[in-house]
Amino acid sequence: MTHATIDAVCLDANVEVTWTELVSAAGLPEEELRELVSYVALVPRDPEAPTWTFEARWLVVARTASRIRRDFELDPYGVSVVLGYVERIERLEAEIRALRARLG
Amino acid sequence: MKYKDYYAILGLKRDATADDIKAAYRRLARKYHPDVSKEKNAEEKFKEMAEAYETLKDPEKRAAYDQLGSYTPGQEFRPSPDWGEHFARGQGGFDDLDLSSLFAGLSARQARGGARRPDRAMAGSDYEAVVRISLEQAFHGAEIDLELSVLEWSPDGGARRVPHRVKTRIPRGVTDGEKLRVPGKGGKGVNGGPDGDLYLDVEVTDHPLYRVSGQDLYIDLPLAPWEAILGTSVQLPTPAGAVALKVPPGTRAGQQLRLAGRGMARAGSAAGHLYAIVRIEVPTVVDDAQRALYRKLAETTNFNPRAHLEQEVAR
Repeated sequence: MTHATIDAVCLDANVEVTWTELVSAAGLPEEELRELVSYVALVPRDPEAPTWTFEARWLVVARTASRIRRDFELDPYGVSVVLGYVERIERLEAEIRALRARLG
Repeated sequence: MKYKDYYAILGLKRDATADDIKAAYRRLARKYHPDVSKEKNAEEKFKEMAEAYETLKDPEKRAAYDQLGSYTPGQEFRPSPDWGEHFARGQGGFDDLDLSSLFAGLSARQARGGARRPDRAMAGSDYEAVVRISLEQAFHGAEIDLELSVLEWSPDGGARRVPHRVKTRIPRGVTDGEKLRVPGKGGKGVNGGPDGDLYLDVEVTDHPLYRVSGQDLYIDLPLAPWEAILGTSVQLPTPAGAVALKVPPGTRAGQQLRLAGRGMARAGSAAGHLYAIVRIEVPTVVDDAQRALYRKLAETTNFNPRAHLEQEVAR
């Protein structure tokens, strides 16, 4: 049986995802994701727009939120706090990688 | 299937209370959760303890687990026919299952309240996998064959592990730690529901020459002292092929020579740069004639790289 080659898609600022896609990928109840948006843990392109769309990198954050929610048994506010720390860790790791690349 | 001691994984005795189980899991989750932990093998350990907790926190699943009996971790065992009849009706055989899949099947039956498949449309599960690629594959893009082992549900509610093969094209310019989505390559949807997606965690292996920072690449450029002083032209390797690099006279150690647009490039973004970092290397062996030349150079130059330190010492 032959398998078609499927393009993998980068989840970055160049790709847009809809609210429906975000909800489906996160696997969290819609009201909990809305709560995360209200804590600015997830940021729509235009929060005032009648229908939210997101840069695709928020899809990765939404899936992380879902994992943290389940694994630490936290409420959405607790999830939003942890997401802030996770983002900070990732930023610091990127800085370390950049310094190591420069220093050799 | 191989036995796993879920109590030992959580550091518990078999008579642990529900509160003991929750407290042990929470203590270990703080330490090993892969999103926050840098412990060695954190992800593997966390998966194991999450699997143990998922079963032991649920009274029905814990009773089913306890009734499997107790074996040495890693020992091959097979649930008794009575156990299968009581806890896993519709499961079929146990040959292509591991313990986590067995209890995942039990969860699914609990959720549905029986073995019958739901009539409503349900989206397929999303899968996750790690894909390790070389820097050259990340630079140029690559076609990858993935062979995953996933849980498949039978119409009567049983579960079994099956191979899941995916051919995918990784786009050029991906970076270490990046997440990609392969649409429709997760689990099959049910009753007309959409198929799930496959999420890939990209790991770019270290390269002997290049170091990566975002879209930029760094490479060490060793120069002899006279090349740094007089300037030179060198053939420098890049992932897209060798280029001639002009080193200007008076180049210092640690200086970064930028080759614009020679870094990682991805669709929709400007290409990164390649930086050649100058390292000045000195010969460890010199003959008498060369030593005489260096002495003559030392006598004739007024170059003093430590003038600022000498000023400080003199104060």
